[in-house]
Formats: sequence, C-alpha cells, structure tokens
Amino acid sequence: MKDQHLVTLDVNGREYEVVLESRRTLADVLRQDLGLTGTHLGCEHGICGACTVLLDGEPVRSCLVFGVQADGRSVRTVEGLADGDELSDLQQAFSRCHGLQCGFCTPGFLMLAEAYLDTEPAGDPEEVRDVVSANLCRCTGYQGIVEAVTEVAAARRKQRDG
Amino acid sequence: MLRGAGVFVDDIAQPHACHVAFVRSPVAAGRITAIHTAAAKTAAGVRAVVTADDIGRPALTAVLERDEFVPTAMPLLAHDKVRYAGEPIVAVVADSRYLAEDAAELVACEIEETAPVLSLADHDAGVPPIHDEAPDGVLVDLQMFADGELAEALADAPLVLDETFRSGRVAAAPLEGRACLAQWQDRDDQLVVHLSTQVPHQVRTGIAAALGLAERQVRVVAPDVGGGFGLKCVVGREEVVAAAIARRLRLPVRWSEDRQENLMGACHGHEQEYRVRAGFAADGTLLGVDADIRCNIGAYSVYPFSCAVEPLMAATELPGVYKVGRYAARGRGIATNKPPTAPYRGVSRPQLVFVMERLMDKAANRLGIDRLEIRRRNTIRREEFPYQGPNGISYELGSYLEAMERCATEIEQAGWWERRKSDDGLLRGIGIANFSERTAYGTATMGMRKMQMTPGFDVSHVRMDASGDVTVTTGTCGHGQGHETTFAQVVADRLGVDPARVKLRQGDTDLASFGWGTWGSRSLVIGGGAAAVAAGRLADQLREIAGELLEADAADVELLDGHAQVRGVPDSRIGIDTLASTVHFRSHTLTHDEQLLEARGAANPPGMFSNATHAALVEVDPGTGDTKVVDYLVVEDCGVVINPMIVDGQVRGGVAQGIAAALYEEMTYSPDGQPLTGTFMDYLMPTASEIPPIAVHHLVTPCELTETGAKGMGEGGTIGAPAAVVAAVNDALRDYGAEIDSIPVRPADVLCVLRESA
Repeated sequence: MKDQHLVTLDVNGREYEVVLESRRTLADVLRQDLGLTGTHLGCEHGICGACTVLLDGEPVRSCLVFGVQADGRSVRTVEGLADGDELSDLQQAFSRCHGLQCGFCTPGFLMLAEAYLDTEPAGDPEEVRDVVSANLCRCTGYQGIVEAVTEVAAARRKQRDG
Repeated sequence: MLRGAGVFVDDIAQPHACHVAFVRSPVAAGRITAIHTAAAKTAAGVRAVVTADDIGRPALTAVLERDEFVPTAMPLLAHDKVRYAGEPIVAVVADSRYLAEDAAELVACEIEETAPVLSLADHDAGVPPIHDEAPDGVLVDLQMFADGELAEALADAPLVLDETFRSGRVAAAPLEGRACLAQWQDRDDQLVVHLSTQVPHQVRTGIAAALGLAERQVRVVAPDVGGGFGLKCVVGREEVVAAAIARRLRLPVRWSEDRQENLMGACHGHEQEYRVRAGFAADGTLLGVDADIRCNIGAYSVYPFSCAVEPLMAATELPGVYKVGRYAARGRGIATNKPPTAPYRGVSRPQLVFVMERLMDKAANRLGIDRLEIRRRNTIRREEFPYQGPNGISYELGSYLEAMERCATEIEQAGWWERRKSDDGLLRGIGIANFSERTAYGTATMGMRKMQMTPGFDVSHVRMDASGDVTVTTGTCGHGQGHETTFAQVVADRLGVDPARVKLRQGDTDLASFGWGTWGSRSLVIGGGAAAVAAGRLADQLREIAGELLEADAADVELLDGHAQVRGVPDSRIGIDTLASTVHFRSHTLTHDEQLLEARGAANPPGMFSNATHAALVEVDPGTGDTKVVDYLVVEDCGVVINPMIVDGQVRGGVAQGIAAALYEEMTYSPDGQPLTGTFMDYLMPTASEIPPIAVHHLVTPCELTETGAKGMGEGGTIGAPAAVVAAVNDALRDYGAEIDSIPVRPADVLCVLRESA
C-alpha cells in the first residue's frame, strides 16, 4: 500500500485514528470511515453547503477538505449538537419554525448557523439571511431557516446580557 | 434529521458494497462503433465492466395506448446510438467509488458524431430522426377539443392576440441526487433495492420487467428521500443497471449520483413553446383560445409516465381559472438530443398559467382595462360551479375570484402600490397571477391519459397493537412533505388517540401492499384519505369491542382522548389501550370475534382543483438588468387545511422554485449539444438572498369529493410564481413599452428589451 497517512482527528470531542489516502475527502472520512452520516453530500463542488462541518470552529465544506488536512484538528458535526436526548436550542428552533422539509440540507445549515451564532451576533434577520445564503435548500424557501436562526440569536443574546 | 440521524440511501452501511460509476456519452448524438474496456477491467479494485451487451440490452419502454403516441425504447445502457451528452454507455463496478471513477476514465468509446437536434428550431430545420420509429421526430401529437366555430370566433373578435411564449429547460435538482443500493438475497429469492424514489412500487415493476423477474422477487425500499420534485417519480436507467449488476454478480452494489451527473444526465422539465391566438371582446371578455404547444421532451419517453406528460397537461389545462369561450389545443412532444424530461413539479402548469396571465395582461393593456378588472370579467365565478369547461373538465367549487380580491386587499394594505412608486432609479412592478391546479388525480382521470398502467387510487392499512399504538402503512412515499405528521393527525382524529401514538410506515413495497407513490399533489388527499377510511373501520372495531365491555350499543360509543365512552356518559370510560390489550391477550373474554385490530382503506377521488392567487413585487435595475423579488404574497385555497405549518412550508418552497424558474435557472447547451450548466456555479439555484419573505393567507372551501375535505397543494407554489414574477417585471418595464414573454428572465433579457424600446 502506498500513499497512506495515519491521521488523528478530534470529532465531537472524541479522538479517532484513521489511515487515509491523500485524496480522501473529510466528508468521506466522516461518513464512511467514522460512520457519521449526518454530514451530507449535495454537490461535491463546494456550492450547496450540505456537507458543512466546523473545523477548529470555522465552517468548512467537508467535500473540499481532504481528511489529511484535518490531522490534529477538531471537527464538529451535526451529531455533536444535541446533548444526549436533549436537542440544542438551534435544533429545537429549526423544528419549531419548520426550517426543514426533506432534511438533506439541514445538517449543513445547522453547522453554518452554529458557527455564526458563536460569533455572538446581533441576529438581524437581514444579516441572518445573508449568512445562510452560503448554503442551498431546495424545499423550504428559506423562511423557516432564517426565522429559526434569528430566534436563537435573540435568545442567546438575551441570555448573555442577563 | 436534526440530529443527523436521518437515513438516506447513501447513509446505509453496507461495508462490502461495490460502487458503480458510469461512462457517459461525451457527445449529444452519434453512433457507437466500438467500446474498449480492457484497460478498465484490469484496473485496481475493479469487479466488472458492463456494457449493454453484457446485460442483454434491456430497456424501459413507456406506452400510451393512443394512436398519436409513438413508443420508443430507452435502453438501460446505450448500445447503437447515443442520444444526449451524458447518456450512460458503460457501467464500471469497483470496490470503492474512487476506484470505480478511476477505472471509468480508462474506458474508451468510439462514437461517430452526428448533427444533434437540440431545439424546436433545429427540429423545424430538419435533421436525421432521433428514433427510427418516429421519422418526423414527433413522439406524441395530440389535437384536442376541436371546435368548428373557434376560427370564426377569432376572426370576428375585436382584439386578437397572436403570441409566442417560451420557457427554459430546468432541472429538479433535489439536494440529494438519485441513489441506490441493490443486493440479491438468496434467502428470500429477492433483489432488495434501497432507492431514493417517490414511487417504490413503480420502480419495482420497472426493475422486474427489465430484469425478467417476478414482482415478488423485487423489493424496493425508499428510506429518507432528500427531495424529489418529480425527478424521482420516474424509473432511472442507472438504478436499474445497478440492480441488474447486483443480480448478475450477486454482490451488493451502490450508485450515488454526483451533482454533475444529476444536472447533465438526469431528467429535466419545462422546455416548452406556446403559440397562442386569443380573441377578446372590447369589454375584455375572452372569446376563444387556439393553442399550439410544443414540448422539447429530450431523447426518450420516461417510464412509466411517458413523454406525453407535459403536452397532455398543457393542452388540457391551459384555460385554468378562466372561461375561454371556444377552445382548441394541439400538444406535441418533440424529441431532441437532450436528456429526457420527467414530470417536474407543476407539470406544464407553471407554463400554462404564465401564458394565460400574459394574455390577460396584454389584453388589459391593449383594451385599456384594469388588470384586475379584466380578470374579474373572465374568471369562473362561485355561482357557476360546477363549471364545465370547453376542455372537457368539470371544475368543482373553488374560490377563484375571492382569492384574487383578498390578494388585492392584502397587497393594498401592505403598501405595495406606494412602494411601487418610490423614486430611486429602480423600476418597480407588481404582478398578479390566478390559477387552479388539479390535484390528486384518481384512476378515472388518469385513465384518460391512456397509460398502459393507470395510476390513481391508493390503499392504506391501519393496525393497533396490544399497547394501543397505531401503525399506518401507505403506498405514497414522502420526501419532505411531513407525511409522518399529517397522516398521524388524520388517523388519530378518527381513533380519538394522541397523534404521537400513530406511526407511519411508507416507502417499502414489502410493507405496503401497493401504491402509486407521491407526485401530483396526491399523498395526503389519496393516501391520507385511504388512511382515514382504514382508521374509520378500525374505530368501528374499537366501538364494537367497547360496546360489548360497556354493555352499550356500538353506535353509542365515542372515541376521544384515548378513551372509549358511551356518548355523554364520561363515567363509562375505558382506555383504548385496554381495549387493544383485551383483543390481543384476552380475546376469550369477548364474544366478539376480533382477534386483531386492523383495517384496510382505499381512496380514489376524481381529481379536484385547489386554487390560489400569487402576487410579486419586484425591483428591476435598469442599469444592470438585474431583477429582485422583494415581496411576495399568496392567497391559497386547498380546502380543509390539515396542518397549516406544512401547507405554508410547501407553498413557500414551491414559490422559491417558481421564482427560480422565472429569473435564474436554465439548463443551457452549446451549439453542438454540450451542457454548459453542469455545476451549481452555472445552474443558478437561488439562495436565501434571492427569495423574499413569503406571506401565505388561506381561504377554506372544503372539498366534498375527498375523505378529509382537503385538496392537494404540493405543487401550487411553483405553478403561480413564474407568472406573478414575470407579470411584475413587465409591469416594471411598462413605461418603456417593453415586454418579455419567455422565462427565465435574465439581466441580459431585460437590458435587451430596454435597449430595443429606447
């Protein structure tokens, strides 16, 4: 065997060691090698954003990142959002606001939004609309997604400000 | 879904599955003279390299039993001719997708390229036929509703509009592409195919027929499906090839389409041209319509619906909500060297509504009548229902005019007319579109299409287990429409239990006895109707048992809040879970001979009409030609609303797709037939920035023809939006005397008409 690399990944707080070809994408590593199939592939050329995960806290298209590039870094996927049975505030808001239909793009939007919310934003609906325009959804017309992220931004801000 | 725990086909773990990669035609038209597979066969990880000859040249052939229809076979893999760029020729099977794609690059196909037919203009210019069976390139030619007095009506009309309207070729582009995982299971003597589809039973039939298996020997399971929009209600050749390979090699085989394959190689929709003559009286009354409709249906008839889906729908339903006086239409399906068209969301209705609304606006302009007023004068009115149209359709009660008036009031109150006036250099316009959409076609209506197999009815089984929980099976197959929620509501309502205790199982041919899947806004109306009937029968069983235990007449027993009780006697309550456990575990204590609690129901409505009015407010930048939809409003009537959140979500998603078809999306080709829109960089799906907030208002005209009073509504958003948006663009351009009669309206089109009018 040639072109194989031993790579260490911290995914959702758990350490994994995997042997990878150079060309293997992070998305395939997550989905196929680690069994974390919540990260979806919608276009494999970096436009749709269904495969968005957080790499050291930053949203990236995991279809455009090679697994070896994530060596020694921390990855957060949709599987890491809920606390056991308890859905995160963002996941609950997506459900409440009907921010998903077929659900295929949903993990990507959740991770994109999670990164945005981590910046402690004002959560203006126009800004939210601008941010979530990084990803594509074919089902919802985006309204529920924008409402969900806006709601959570407001709630988290309120919590922060006491 | 929210946890990432959804299971789409590609998520199903099958560690030993091989992957199929397809070698596709690099040219739009040509004759295959040689296929060289030797290098690929010896490449790393390769299990097989399969050509049409290796699998016996099977084909899928859609058939309409009409003289005007020419059946043509769609081979699973091309063998003599290639008919579009992207057509699959060879399947390479390897241990991983990476290796399969590596090896596919080693296959060489020798093709003698011929001149392609890409457009209706190419067709008119005359080139060699795409199918020998159809030397004139016309796969279906429907001359309908001939009216001997139409010509006279048009000749005498004070105003005759003679117009041509066009719509571009679009892709359904569900976020999850097509995908399948097929494996042969000796134990059950069965090929099990997990597949991203809207129509599991029809895929079963297609696979069984193509592979020479009995229906029983094929099980199709649709797990979570990441959007379909019509693309996944036809049987894809690639999936059948994968199934054929799994059967031959006795290996689990998967294929997951990438986005380039999806855009270039999967079915499209809506490339159409309408040449319409319409006569109006001086007061705006529409006197007659004569339509010649041609659909560029691509290279093949899709299975099972055939290439007649678009021309038939267009020719039949063009009049829409309007009284057209005299009517005749011709609908043709023209073969070209592009991918086939499938019944994409709305099927011709986005186009035909666009055409009728353009006619109304043009006539209003020419006759000096207000746009709403001319519509008032031509719309079918409440007192005229059931209205018998000259297109052979009987329209049941709807709220056509009420919806428009409500829409007019809402946009007035929302200040749209004031906003239209603002003076900042941008051109603003308001567009309004009325439409009805026939939904939930039952077999009587589908029978008129004369498909070799006629869809329409559906069946459902409802059973209660010993703990009182309820399982519902259906032959419809959701892909984001929230069937789990709405079916549970409908069933729980009949049984008097909490919807949380009702679980829907769908998308599995071994679970549901039969079904026609999810398309044509049919699922909740037909599948949900069948479930309601079944639940009603199960409720009768529960009332019988409760009647015996409570020593009351079953007819006096009511089911509510998880209990059965004698009507008006709350003290008589007995838990439904107690009834369930008694039937299952202590049936010896009953004289009643129920051993299980289960029932079957069916529904087969005739097809009914939902209606809506859409309004769009747009801003056009005269400097760049860029158009932005800044506000959008829908007043819709789908009868009884089972779940407002789901209805609104369907409407909004549909509107987004309609706005996309009006302004952004089009599959384009080079003059030699190469697709130019093979990625999401070129094929412009709208993002959140292009889609405005969409207000949705409801009118409720309960439907007397369905079990729940609901009418279907899954496609409506897509149907109304192109007409409303283009009307708004034309309103914005009105002072310049410019008009646009084709979609999509791109910035270059706007600049072009502005320059011409200057």
